[in-house]
Amino acid sequence: MDMTDFGPIIKKRKRQDALFNIVGIACTLVGIVALGALLADMLADGLSRLDPQFFLSFPSRFAARAGILSSWVGSLMIIAVTAAMAVPLGVAAGVYLEEYASKNWVNTIIETNIANLAGVPSIIYGLMALGLLVYGLGLGQSVLTGGVTLAFLILPIVIVATREALRTIPQGIREAAYAVGSTKWQVTRYHLLPYSTGGILTGVIIALSRALGETAPLITIGALTFIAFLPPSPVSTEFPFLSFEWIWSPFSVLPIQMFNWVSRPDQDFIVNAAGAGLALITMTLSLNAVAIVIRYRMRRSIKW
Amino acid sequence: MVDSVLTSQAKAEKPARFKAEARSLSFFYGEVQALKNIDLVFEENKITAIIGPSGCGKSTLLRCFNRIHDLYPGIKYEGELRLNPSGLNIIDPKTSPLEMRMRVGMVFQKPTTFPKSIFENVAFGLRLRGENGKELGERVEQALVDSFLWDEVKDRLDRSAYDLSGGQQQRLCIARTLATSPEIMLFDEPTSALDPNATSKIEDLLVSLKESITIIIVTHNMQQAARISDNTAFMYLGELIEFDRTANIFQMPSEKLTEDYITGHFG
Repeated sequence: MDMTDFGPIIKKRKRQDALFNIVGIACTLVGIVALGALLADMLADGLSRLDPQFFLSFPSRFAARAGILSSWVGSLMIIAVTAAMAVPLGVAAGVYLEEYASKNWVNTIIETNIANLAGVPSIIYGLMALGLLVYGLGLGQSVLTGGVTLAFLILPIVIVATREALRTIPQGIREAAYAVGSTKWQVTRYHLLPYSTGGILTGVIIALSRALGETAPLITIGALTFIAFLPPSPVSTEFPFLSFEWIWSPFSVLPIQMFNWVSRPDQDFIVNAAGAGLALITMTLSLNAVAIVIRYRMRRSIKW
Repeated sequence: MVDSVLTSQAKAEKPARFKAEARSLSFFYGEVQALKNIDLVFEENKITAIIGPSGCGKSTLLRCFNRIHDLYPGIKYEGELRLNPSGLNIIDPKTSPLEMRMRVGMVFQKPTTFPKSIFENVAFGLRLRGENGKELGERVEQALVDSFLWDEVKDRLDRSAYDLSGGQQQRLCIARTLATSPEIMLFDEPTSALDPNATSKIEDLLVSLKESITIIIVTHNMQQAARISDNTAFMYLGELIEFDRTANIFQMPSEKLTEDYITGHFG
């Protein structure tokens, strides 16, 4: 009987392995290098602009005096409204669809379309908000309108993230909770929500950092590109020490400020735009860092 | 009919009291009939073992008792499953599944440890029943004592229950169920994920529990059924093939199928 010579076969297969290794590294590097180059370019342009004055000044006709005070405050306020609306709505809808809704064709259609909604271009949400919120409900071109618009935009992401997080909980945990006599709400309240908090928060934060960078829908509803005052403070000196006047205020956000500056011919404004871009990317990266920490901590306390 | 299921030998002893009785019990997953006209009695304060090859319907039968089937769509019960002494029909649509789960406890194949502290794992069922404060603590302690776990965990009640070994976690789940003082406790292959040492502790525990609780256990492990149960039911393809005192089933089964199964010819 002939002995098969495995040598050449093994050699050939090892070459394939080595080849894909190189291809894989190259593909990975394309993304990382591109991002790195963008960051480096922005750092080179804008780092010199990042001083306290830049963060504490309103926009100005003079590039050297212009700052991003109104736009970073605007971004924070918009995100606050977005989170306040998208989190409760999205989590509730996700829990309903995953745990309560019976599996019939109506719900199947709803579920499919929620996944589709996540793919709707953001400017469409802007048009919807312009018609419905600004004119229809008369909310004006306010922080409230902006926040609600972005909340609609990220709602599908929050719903999907909630459902994914709930799906990682083993069915045995649900059965065990029901088996001692829980109602559906008690299972949800005492088990499912606590155990999926990490996953839900991660999804919420990713969604919020996407909302933070959104420009198109906010321009559509008429966010200002030049604003030289701050919305009223949310804390007041009089009882009840909280004020919600700010949600009615006009606003700008960081990406709109950037867009405005980039479109000017003056080179000094381009530098300003890079500085604003650095501020924006710092905000989103720190949000993502928070998500990573949360995910890590939840993984340590829950093992299934 | 139901009484004839237990042999004359059993009847010669003092009359048995039945905690639960299945009469022509059938169960369907959609179109698939998983239980076919089961007639079976479950003696009070005894351990009844249900054995049979995979897919024979033994877990399905067990899961009728706490209506856990009702969590899933497309299921259907037929016949009766009576809970004595009141004779309440467990599977009647008018009977609340929630009530059955308050009265009938269940322990699963894999430990269903919640990612909470040891104390909260045991306290959960009690909290649902509105217990709190000092009495809650006492009942949690009692349940842990009764499940042979207290000495191992008393110094670390607020630590994560995941710090416990598999066997300890399973006893913790037993404690959680025990704490709610159920009338019947269902065990669905409770030791199949455990090593022999942990298994033997659970078996000792089950034998001690039957003093106060009626126990029904589904097991793949025939030695386990022989060691701890008083009565054994052998099921095959959704039907009850034979039901008798455990000693009779294992020493002189009257059905050929039972004999083939317990001697390892199939299953």
